[in-house]
Amino acid sequence: MSTILIFEQVLNGLQFGIMLFLMAAGLTLIFGVMGLINLAHGSLYMVGAFAAAWVAGATGSFVFALIAALAAAAAAGALVEIVVIRRLYRAAHLDQVLATFALILIFSEGTRWVFGSFPLFLDIPETLSGPVTLPGGIEYPRYRLTLIGIGIAVALGLWWLTARTRIGIQIRAGENDREMIAALGVDISKLYTLVFALGAALAGLAGALVGAIQSVQVGMGEPVLILAFVVIVIGGIGSIRGAFIGALLVGLTDTLGGIFLPEVFKLFMETGAATQTGSALASMAVYILMSAVLIWRPTGLFGARG
Amino acid sequence: MSEPILSTRGLSKSFGALKAASDITLDLKPGEIHAVIGPNGAGKSTLIGLISGTLAPDDGQVALAGQDVTSLGPEDRAKAGLGRTFQISALAMEDTVLENALLGAVGATRQARRLFSPVQRDTALTERAMTALTRVGLDKVKDTRCAELSHGQRRQLEVAVALTLAPKAFVMDEPMAGLGAEGSKTMTGFLDTLRAEAPILLVEHDMDAVFALADRVSVMVYGKLIATGTVDEIRASRDVQDAYLGSDA
Amino acid sequence: MIAERWITLLTLAGFLAIPLWALAVDEPFTITLATRAAILALAAVGLNIALGIGGMVSLGHAAFFGLGGYAMGILAFHAQSFQPLDLGLFTIEGTKSMPVIWLTAIAVSALAAWLIGLLSLRTTGVYFIMITLAFGQMFFYFAISWGTYGGEDGLSIYVRNSFPGLNTLVPIQFFAICFVALCAALFFQWRLRASPFGLALNAARQSEARVATVGLSPKRLKLLAFVISGAITGLAGALFADLNRFVSPTMFSWQLSGELIILIIIGGVGRLAGPVIGAALFVALEHWLGGLTDFWHVWLGLILLLIVLFARGGIVGLLTGKAGPHV
Repeated sequence: MSTILIFEQVLNGLQFGIMLFLMAAGLTLIFGVMGLINLAHGSLYMVGAFAAAWVAGATGSFVFALIAALAAAAAAGALVEIVVIRRLYRAAHLDQVLATFALILIFSEGTRWVFGSFPLFLDIPETLSGPVTLPGGIEYPRYRLTLIGIGIAVALGLWWLTARTRIGIQIRAGENDREMIAALGVDISKLYTLVFALGAALAGLAGALVGAIQSVQVGMGEPVLILAFVVIVIGGIGSIRGAFIGALLVGLTDTLGGIFLPEVFKLFMETGAATQTGSALASMAVYILMSAVLIWRPTGLFGARG
Repeated sequence: MSEPILSTRGLSKSFGALKAASDITLDLKPGEIHAVIGPNGAGKSTLIGLISGTLAPDDGQVALAGQDVTSLGPEDRAKAGLGRTFQISALAMEDTVLENALLGAVGATRQARRLFSPVQRDTALTERAMTALTRVGLDKVKDTRCAELSHGQRRQLEVAVALTLAPKAFVMDEPMAGLGAEGSKTMTGFLDTLRAEAPILLVEHDMDAVFALADRVSVMVYGKLIATGTVDEIRASRDVQDAYLGSDA
Repeated sequence: MIAERWITLLTLAGFLAIPLWALAVDEPFTITLATRAAILALAAVGLNIALGIGGMVSLGHAAFFGLGGYAMGILAFHAQSFQPLDLGLFTIEGTKSMPVIWLTAIAVSALAAWLIGLLSLRTTGVYFIMITLAFGQMFFYFAISWGTYGGEDGLSIYVRNSFPGLNTLVPIQFFAICFVALCAALFFQWRLRASPFGLALNAARQSEARVATVGLSPKRLKLLAFVISGAITGLAGALFADLNRFVSPTMFSWQLSGELIILIIIGGVGRLAGPVIGAALFVALEHWLGGLTDFWHVWLGLILLLIVLFARGGIVGLLTGKAGPHV
């Protein structure tokens, strides 16, 4: 196995992790600020992907497609927050799970109703297609490298937003004390809608970006959603930094496990059995990672100690 | 005879920069009521948490009936013979008064592994529960759901559940709160007789009750015990008056 | 308002009457639908013990349903291919006998529930929900990537497994088996709820501190309840696989975990009849709305939203006029 292949797979893992971060950041922000577990976050990812694919099909512009994804997901998020979610902030977790599960059913079947069951396709824009040569002569797809760049930019932007801006201060105050922030004269329900829409926009962006390398179809959001849950369980709920570290860990574990575990088993098993055992184990790798973190730290790497 | 049933040695606990309990050493001897008083925020609830095992101390030990229980969790300290009541009632609010008392009986007799026989038809368990309820005067409301009880009745039920455990020592967090003058008097009379069964560490705000009941009083201020003595000694202590009673007297 | 006991008995009577009527008018498909409802109800009864009494919001019960299904699939697969199952140290003969399959399904899912519970119960609240969901998903992906038993395509069993003295291929006889299993589970839950263990578990849901104060470990109570819960859902999985004569990774899907919770919520959390009413309504809606429109999940979603926002006690709550246990 060559170093080039290993390097390439590490980049793939990073890229996957970064996309998971976009999902996990919104989830963890929404939970941290509003105390809400949102299963429908994957639906917002799907909304972003469909909006992008549709606009790209109509206009041919990838930039317009991304703008559409952000706008559609943010709008869907804000709408859902106002109509349903805000009734759930003080409800039991079970109610939140059920109501947001109901939203998934509505979103998924609604999308199928509008767009049909066949997947849509979103093309990588001309300027970002093809490989780029990295130092050391490694060729890597330009688009995937761009995704890593966008993800890091978003992570930095989020850090700036929460640490350095007025809204960030309000968000952090809201995490600690709802009454206090209301007493400060901040319109808490507007703040919540804003945070929810921001989380939704991040999910929509991830959906559109990933939609260009996978197909855009109903149900695409839920596997990503569940991995994003694994990410924030590992990172600690409410922590953006934890979400970032957790996302990279999960992305790398999943990608590298899928490639290397079968190879490892080939060292002492015959090829067929090794491939099966290796890939079966690889499919469980991120969950094993999660269990290990839980045994070590039940509230995640950066979670508040219970 | 004067070997303490419950004792703490140098118990300390900090929350960040706040020293909620520092170097607390006290004991509870057979047959006595030892009251802990102090202004709000003095660390009395922290002390109860440390003694009952819901909080882990940064330093120090807790011993119960000669056994070091510092490393045990709350359920094991209960098994070792500690009967605790809560300041803010921690009852099963959806269940009836009798069911709450039965829970104590089930815990005390270690029968929670029985999966099939109805608990209400077990005469030994129900008798144990009803005896405790009768002693605090809740037998007539045994079928009332806890959520519908008055605050005073919940206090009484807290005590009743602790009674079902037949503990070696009681730790009671403000059992008089919300009882009203009449109820407070009844509870005072009851605790007075209870000390013969097992000594009581009593954290209480009701000074009349404390001075009527306590054999010894410890005063806690800013996480420290500043004095321990008989009621008269404490009343006479200048330190105590300065730090605590001064504002009232 | 109606006493809960009568609701339970009437529900079960209705559950029995519909397939008997279908038998009389020769509508075997209705019997199959009733069987499906009975099995889903059984799975939800299992979950209801963890959720409704113990307060554990498990979003991963499909793991046990799927394990039960695969226990049936794997044993029957080895029986129909006449190849013993090689476990390295020893081999196991395949079997077509339902009782043996059921015991295996119960044992395997109880073991899995013990392991998952041990890890998941280190946490509470939202963490518990997400972790059970993640473990369910782990089994899903494992089943997909493990090619020996069909991987993504699943495993077909050609002939339904056998039960001594019955012809399981006759729909009403197989229904009878499932219905008796459901009644047995309900009887078990009823006794469990009234037992010292049930009392303590129910109290642990409301206040862990209270249970610890009387010398009981809330974690251990919940773990045992989780194991019992997983075992019952596992048994339902084995029956479900036998109903379809097919197992596939979709039995592990997280949507199924969600649907099991939905069944309970529609009927009433923690109520004996809750999962039964929920499953009957769910299967009826699925059949009826599914016949009207391809997009019946939209309507299911809307109904569910309305129940969550406005009718927390579910159907049993509406009928008895009493709020159920709070989870």
